[in-house]
Order: sequence, then C-alpha cells, then structure tokens
Amino acid sequence: MMPFQIVVLWSDVLVWLLFAAAIGFAVLVAHNPPLLSAWRRVGASRLGMASATILVAFIGIGLLDSLHFRQALDGKPGQKTQYAVEVLSLLDALASPLRLNNEKTYSAPFATRLYAKETIEVPGLGAVREYPRLKNAGKHLGEHEEELLADAAFTAWRAILLALLVWLALTAWLLQRRAAAVDASRRAKTSGDETEFAWSSVLLTLLLMLMVLTPLFALSGKYHVFGTDKVGQDVLYQVLKSVRTGLIIGLVTTLVLLPLAVGLGIVAGYFRGWVDDLIQYVYTVLNSIPGVLLIAASVLMMQVIIDTHPQWFATAAERADLRLLALCFILGMTSWTGLCRLLRGETLKLRELEYIQAAQAFGVSHGRIIVRHILPNLMHIVIISLVMDFSGLVLAEAVLSYVGIGVDPTMTSFGTMINNARMELGREPVVWWSLAAAFSAMFILVLAANLFADAVRDAFDPRVA
Amino acid sequence: MLQVDDLRLGFVAGKKNLIAVDGISFAIARGETLALLGESGCGKSATALALLRLLPGAGRIFGGQVSLDGENLLQLSEAKMRQVRGGRMAMIFQEPATSLNPVLTVGRQIGEVLEQHLKLSGAAARERMLALLRQVGIADPERRLDEYPFQLSGGMKQRVMIAIALAGEPQLLIADEPTTALDVTVQAQILDLLAQLQAERGMGMLLITHDLGVVARMAQRIGVMYAGELVEVASREDFFSRPRHPYTQALFAALPDAAHRGQKLLTIPGLVPSLAAMPAGCRFADRCAQVMAQCRTQSPAWREVAPGHQLRCHWSGSAGGESALRHQLSEINGDAGKPCLEVSDLKVHFPIRKGVLQRTVGHVFAVDGISMAILPGRTLALVGESGCGKTTVGKALLQLVAPTAGSVRLGGGELVGLKGKRLRTVRRHLQMIFQDPFASLNPRLRVGEIIAEGMAALRLQTEAGARHSAIVALLKQVGLAEEAIERYPHEFSGGQRQRIAIARALAVQPEVLICDEPTSALDVSVQAQILNLLKALQAELGVAYLFITHNFAVVEYLAHDVAVMYLGRIVERGRAEEVLRRAQHPYTQALLSAVPTPRIDVISQAVRLAGETPSPANPPTGCHFHPRCPRAQAICRENYPPAQAISSTHAVNCHFPG
Repeated sequence: MMPFQIVVLWSDVLVWLLFAAAIGFAVLVAHNPPLLSAWRRVGASRLGMASATILVAFIGIGLLDSLHFRQALDGKPGQKTQYAVEVLSLLDALASPLRLNNEKTYSAPFATRLYAKETIEVPGLGAVREYPRLKNAGKHLGEHEEELLADAAFTAWRAILLALLVWLALTAWLLQRRAAAVDASRRAKTSGDETEFAWSSVLLTLLLMLMVLTPLFALSGKYHVFGTDKVGQDVLYQVLKSVRTGLIIGLVTTLVLLPLAVGLGIVAGYFRGWVDDLIQYVYTVLNSIPGVLLIAASVLMMQVIIDTHPQWFATAAERADLRLLALCFILGMTSWTGLCRLLRGETLKLRELEYIQAAQAFGVSHGRIIVRHILPNLMHIVIISLVMDFSGLVLAEAVLSYVGIGVDPTMTSFGTMINNARMELGREPVVWWSLAAAFSAMFILVLAANLFADAVRDAFDPRVA
Repeated sequence: MLQVDDLRLGFVAGKKNLIAVDGISFAIARGETLALLGESGCGKSATALALLRLLPGAGRIFGGQVSLDGENLLQLSEAKMRQVRGGRMAMIFQEPATSLNPVLTVGRQIGEVLEQHLKLSGAAARERMLALLRQVGIADPERRLDEYPFQLSGGMKQRVMIAIALAGEPQLLIADEPTTALDVTVQAQILDLLAQLQAERGMGMLLITHDLGVVARMAQRIGVMYAGELVEVASREDFFSRPRHPYTQALFAALPDAAHRGQKLLTIPGLVPSLAAMPAGCRFADRCAQVMAQCRTQSPAWREVAPGHQLRCHWSGSAGGESALRHQLSEINGDAGKPCLEVSDLKVHFPIRKGVLQRTVGHVFAVDGISMAILPGRTLALVGESGCGKTTVGKALLQLVAPTAGSVRLGGGELVGLKGKRLRTVRRHLQMIFQDPFASLNPRLRVGEIIAEGMAALRLQTEAGARHSAIVALLKQVGLAEEAIERYPHEFSGGQRQRIAIARALAVQPEVLICDEPTSALDVSVQAQILNLLKALQAELGVAYLFITHNFAVVEYLAHDVAVMYLGRIVERGRAEEVLRRAQHPYTQALLSAVPTPRIDVISQAVRLAGETPSPANPPTGCHFHPRCPRAQAICRENYPPAQAISSTHAVNCHFPG
C-alpha cells in the first residue's frame, strides 16, 4: 500500500535525462584539458559565477517541480486504493501552504483584507459593504490588524538573522576547505592562480539570495507576500511553478534544435555542392515565413488533435505536459536556422584548414573527419549559442502565451501570468502585483542566463584562448 | 634625431606585469637606417609601437625616455601625440592586405593624412597625392587614386601604404617587416624604393626584420634584440664581418646556403624564454654555445668593444671551432634507380562560374601541364612566387584536388581517377607536410591521436600495443620525448609542432613526402632544426621529397634537383647546381638576383623585373613571361617556347636562353 503513486510525465523524463547529460558532460570536460581550461575561465569570471549561482537556484526549483506523484485517497480498508486526479510535484508538496491557502479573489501583497468590497452581514448593523478579512493571510493577528508591520518586520529580521548564520557557517566551512586545498596545491607545487574559481562572488550572491529569500519564505507562511490573483491563488506559488515551464521551454527546445542545426550545418558546409544548396534553400524558406505565424498555425493544429483525442490522457496534467512538449518541438523546428547558418559558415572555414586536408590525405572517411575534426572545433559556437538561445526562448514563450498560442491554460507560466494580469492593468485601482512578480522573476532568470552566456562566450572566444 | 633611453615596456596580465622590453637604448640620426633584428617574440614590434605610443590595451610603458629632436614623446598629451604620429613619425605595417581600409578609395586614405597634417584639401591635395603615388612608382596614378584596395596587387598596396606614410612628410619612418608578406621580386622592388626615398628625403628609418638578407641591403647600423634586450649594436661592416655576440653568430650559422650543403646546419637549442620566466643572469645563457658560470647569475653589462660596436655579453673570445660543431651528413647518391613518382602533363583548371545559373565563363589555369619525376632518396625543389600554382601541384599529386588532365604515376600505378579503397591504399606511399604548423594540427586531439590517425585510417599497426610503440619510435625519430603523446598541440612551439606534423606523415611510411613550405612560418634557428631533421630522415629512410618553396637559400642547401614554376608551368628544370649557378631562363635569373643575400661582400648586379605575376585566369599569349621579360621579342608574344635541353638533365623553356 503506497500512500502515493509516482507519475512520470514525458517532460520529467526529458528534464532528468538532460540533468544526467549535463553531469555526463561535466565528467567529459574534467577529462579533456582544453575544455576544462575553458570552463575554468568561466569559473574565474565573477559576474558569470554570480549569475550561475542564481541559475542553479532556478534549476533547483525546476528539478523539484519535475518529480510528480498522485496522492492516495482515503478509502475503506480492503478496497483497491484510489488515487487523486490531481498530479502534484515535490515542489507542490513542499509549498502546500502556499498552494492551499487560497483566498476568494485579488488581495494586495501583505494585505489582511481582500481587494474588493463585499456585502457582509454584521450582527446588529445589518448588511455592510466592506473589505472582508482574508481567510488565511494574517489570521494570527486576530483583531490587531495594525500590528501587521511590526509582526512582518520581526519575522523578517529573525529570518535574516538565520540566513546570516547559515551563510557564515557555509563560508567558514568553505574557507577551511580552501585553506586545505591551497596547502595541498602548494605542496604539489601547482599554481593555478590565473584561473581561480570566483568563490567570493558566489558567496556574495549566496548571501544576497539568502537575505532576500529566507524572509520571503518565512513571511509567505503568514501572508501573501506577492498578493493573490483573480481566483485567490498565491502569486509567489505561481512564480515558483512558472520556473519549470520556462526552463523546459528553454532546454527542451534546444534539444530539438541542436541535432537539426548541427547536422545540417556541418553537412552543408563540409560537402558543399547540391547538399549545401538544398539545405540553404530550406532554411531561407523557413526564415522568410514570419515565425509567429508558423508557430501559431502549428500550435492550433496540434490543439485540434489534442482536443479530439481525450482518451490519450489520464489526467489534465498529462495533457498540458504533452502540449508543452509539442510547443517546444514547434519552437525548435522553427528556430534552428540561425545556428545552422553559423555552423555552416564555420565549417566552410574549417574544411580548408590544413589538418582537415592532412586527414583527407590519409584517406580518413568523411564521417570520421566530421566527428573527430570538425565537430569538436565547432563546440564552442554550439555552447555559446545554446546558452544565448535559452533566454530568447524563455522570452518567446512569454510572448506566445500572451498571444494565446503558448502553453495549456491550466499550466502556470510567466506568459500565462502576464496574460492574465494584463486585463487588470486597466482596473482602477490597478492590480499590479501579478505582473510585477512575473516580470521580475522572468527578468532575473533571463538576465542571469544572459550574463552567464556572456561569461561563457568570453571564455570560449578563440581570440582569447 | 630619435633618441631612446632605457625604454621599458610590458603587458599587464591579471595582477602581474610582464616585461616585454627591458631597458633598451638606441639613437637614429637623420638619413640613417637602424635595423632591429631578432626572432619572433623578442619585443621588436612592441618597441616600434611604443615609439608611437600605440601599444595595445594591455601594454604599458614602465619607464625610459623617447625623444624626437629633443622633445620627450612619452610626456606629450594625446592630442599633441596625434600631431607626431603620421606627421613626424610614420609607420609601415607588415601585411599590406590588412593595413588599408577596404571600403575607402586610395585617394581618401592618403587624403586623410594630408588633411590632418598639412591641412591640404581639394585640388592641392589631389596634386600632392598624384605626386606621392608617382614617387612610390605607381603607374597611371590618376586612375589608381579612385580605386579601392581590392583592385590593387599586393606590391601596389604596399606602395600605397608607403605613400600614406610619406604623405605627412615624416622625419622618421618605422617599417615593421615591410616585405615579409611579399614575393622576392616584389620585395626587391619595395626595398629599392624605400632606400631611394630615404636617400631623397634624408629620413631616418627604423627597420624591423628577421631577415639578415634585408638587413644587409638596407641598414647602416644593426641592433640585435633578444628576449627584450638589445644584445649587440654594430655598424653594417662590423656586424657582417665581425659579429661578436654568440646569438648573432648563431643566427648567421643557422642560415642555410649552398656552402653548407651536405653539412648539418648549426642550430640554437631551446626557445626564446617566455616573458613570465626570464632567467636571472644573461637571458641567452640557456641557449648559448659559449656559456660560462658567470652568465647564469649575473646579467652582462652593456659595453663598447669597438667604436660604435656595443655588446651585452661576458664572453670576449672570438668565433671559432665552428666547423668542429658541424657534422658531415652522408648524402645518398640516388642517381640510379627508377623514379618513384612520375608526373606527366598534369593540369588543374578551376572553373570560374558566374551568374544565376553558375555558368562556367572561364578557367583559372592554376597548373597548366607540368611534367616531372622524383627519384627515390632525392629532393626535388619546386620554386616559384606566390600564385604560380606550386601548392596546387602538391595537392593535385595527393589527389586532394582532382586534376583536370594528365597522369600521376606512383611506382608504376596510376593515381589520377582512383577512387575509394584503391586510392586509400595508394595514399600511404605519398604524404604531405603543410606550411603552417599552427593550422595543420587539430587543437582538440592529443599528439598521440594525431600521429595514430593515419595508421588507423590506412589500417596499419592495428594492434594497440604495436601502434603505441610505433608512435614512440616516430616521436624519437623526430626528436620529441615520449611524454608528448599525452599532450595537446598548443603546448608545443612552432618548431615542435612541425616535428609532430612530420611524424604524422612518416607514420604511414611514405616513399614520397610533399613538403609545402614547411619552414616559412618558422624563425631562422628553428628552420635550421627542421631542415637538419628533414635531411637526416632522408638519409635514414631514403624518402624522396618534393620541396615546395620560394626560399632559395633553403633550395641551395637541401635540393638535388630544382624546377622553377611560373604561372602554372615549369620554365626551367635541372640539377640544383645547374639551375642555381648557370640559370638560363630570364625569370630564374631575376628570381636569383632578387634574393637579398646576408653578406655585404656580394654586390649583386640585380636583374629587376617590372610589374607582378599576371593572373592565372588570363595568362599572356605566347610565352607567359614575355610582358616582364627583358629579352622579349616578337616571337615570344606568339609562341610558347618548347623545352630546350642544355644538358642531359637541364632543360629550359625559353626562346633566348642564356
């Protein structure tokens, strides 16, 4: 008798496969000195490491949100266990207070009352129109609503103190380890001071993150720190859920785009002739159709297929998941052309190099030349453009969901959050928090990804190496 | 006029300052040429840039004084400095192809300087530009003024570059390897031009070069730089007759020439020390043949050994025992035997396509019917200027470029038209060494993998253990340690990389090795090492070389037979001593006389060629050489001359040989 049933969504499989691939890649890099030294240069970049720390936090949230299960329903003993229709993730379980503490409708951040007046029956006064108290936020204050500020400040201070302690402990531990490592390296007489890992910036970012996030989560148990949306759901919870959607769009799409771009780009550049002509015509044609139009057409077609085959999906989550993957696939199919063109040009340059000619003079087969001589020398371009594409794709999802051809409406994403919030911008008084929260979270994610991409590009730039 | 005192400069790397030039002092008088000589990485170019205060971002001047006519340039404001650059001091760069802006006309680029420094514009400026272009020997300057750099040939671009440098009427001209990128015949023209202009204008000139031949032609005084220090300054006569510093002597000894045929060249062991790890004592101590205990600990002082001849060295002996250091190399006399590679009437034509439908509108006649034979254990040098098709010949022999017509026979088997597996089996008999050791090794593969590639592709030594021991043996043969197997190419210097490339080619035990300018990207001392190695390998393995080069010194030293190529055809062939001593073709004679010799006792009665090599897409009618030939007559314009035998081995394609 399991208290829950594990649900494996297709996107979960991909996410964890990607995670495994990333670990595999790291192992590969560790055994390949030129790659290792390039990544060491990434590690030495302060800004790069600061943004990597933030990215790791986002990825952690995304991974937590990629372990899904269905809870068992209370049934009579002896009966076959029934499981809930709702598919939850580990993140949902951890954040269940956030998920379950729903209000009736909009409420502002740190509010104790709703954002809309209601008619309430007050004994002795009859029907009064008033802002009703929230069901969950600020309950512990009781009648003393005016103590909200003091209470919030106290909680926040306690959390900041805790964060500081945790950070100090972590720093002390790291410093001790570093000292030991430096000792060892001095004994081994290996000095790597040129490319020292930028621990200081990681620690500083960590401190900043702890200082902001600990109070945020400490407060989120008592208040809606980012307010609630139209149906009373906590906005912080929505932000957390959106992270996974953004990451999947960014990562899985590149997985679709990569084989196309790399394969076709290299083949076109290496073989020239009619193969090159054909591939060039294909991507020129693809490029000349407006991207959004192509995506919209494909998404609408896919939606029809999904709607006419409800029997394929056991739960709503599975349907939303498939739709997400289909969106990734469509985005990937329409955005491989840029990288393909870049790789074709670079291959054209590489194939004239003397080491390729030397290999040809030995009679090495074309396939082997491509795999051994061309592909490894293109990897820096692939890595750079992957990291840079990531942020572009997260933004693209937001735009598509805004237009209404993005992810499933039941799935939370930055795009759907912004789409839902845009109506309320016209309200008076304005509901700003949904939009602001989604926007800042996405901004931080994309900015971190962009800064990291910059660091990677600098490190892999052949002119520097 | 120019006085440099104790100039120190370097580069900022992270938190450290790397000193690139450590306290050099020299002076240049009006009308005088000082040549700075040295291997790459010795700080020559950094010095030149520092004089103009044009060091790159990471560069810093740490101390010293640079004064031009008594004015300290290092203390001028940036605005004032701009008046000096191009106005009182001008610079000519190494690569004419990249030092002109491709989207501006020649006139605009010269006019820029005129406007800035002489405040000339309009008709007056145009007049001045025309005069300048005439001065640098450009025919039809009215037309050239409105042309873009891509419409000019390499030599003309360098002439325009010189015109730009002269436009501000500088007192001092800095020429940073001004002819390195040019062909010998063009190099001779440019050097003549520079010498003549300098004499006319009484300019001072700082000439930076690594070529002792250029120094012998141009310089009045010579400064030798090594690892950021001046090690010897001497007048031209003293320098060439009595070089005192062991480094200078070694540079001379490393030069290949005919006198040293059959002998091992002297080499300078090791490398120029890196900026980060300068030795405490004399910087040359580790590579010096005369090293003493004192050299390791104490940096030698700058002392004057004769009037105008200064030196930075503890050693005060004179050169001697040189011959004892040279080892006689046994030469194989491979006269007998059948040729292992026979080429007859080989043609490679590249179609020129134009228009939407890619119709063929013409051909580039890169190789237009050449025949030759290489005997086992001998070296055939294929000589010619850039663009004459010699590299294409090499590639066509290897079937990397499909020949249009003709036949290549290797040990009796025809290569042209072979495909797939049959071609692969033949490939092991014919291998190539490329020009640029930095481009010919895949940076992502280990040395062991690079060498094993050929064996794997040709299925030799398929067993892992045998292959490993074969690689170790190869590395030993080319003079590298076994540890190299696990390392990556970027950890090696240029010369070591070329050794790796040689090991890779030898891995499949070829009978013929095509060497495409294998030493032109290397310093003189390293070039000597590679030439020694090639010679030793030939004696040991009996491999035949097809040596493609434009360097006559190397030809004289190494080749048994020589073939001279001009515009896709061989114009003269024969034994090395026949072609080099008794050249019959006017082109060969001109090439030979254009080569600057690193001696001052030889006064060459130069045969100067006008113009440059025409395009192989549109070769002249009749004899290809007639537009540049001093002996051209009517018949040369009509008929291509047939081969005339001068002796049983010597043949020339000329109507009027002699």
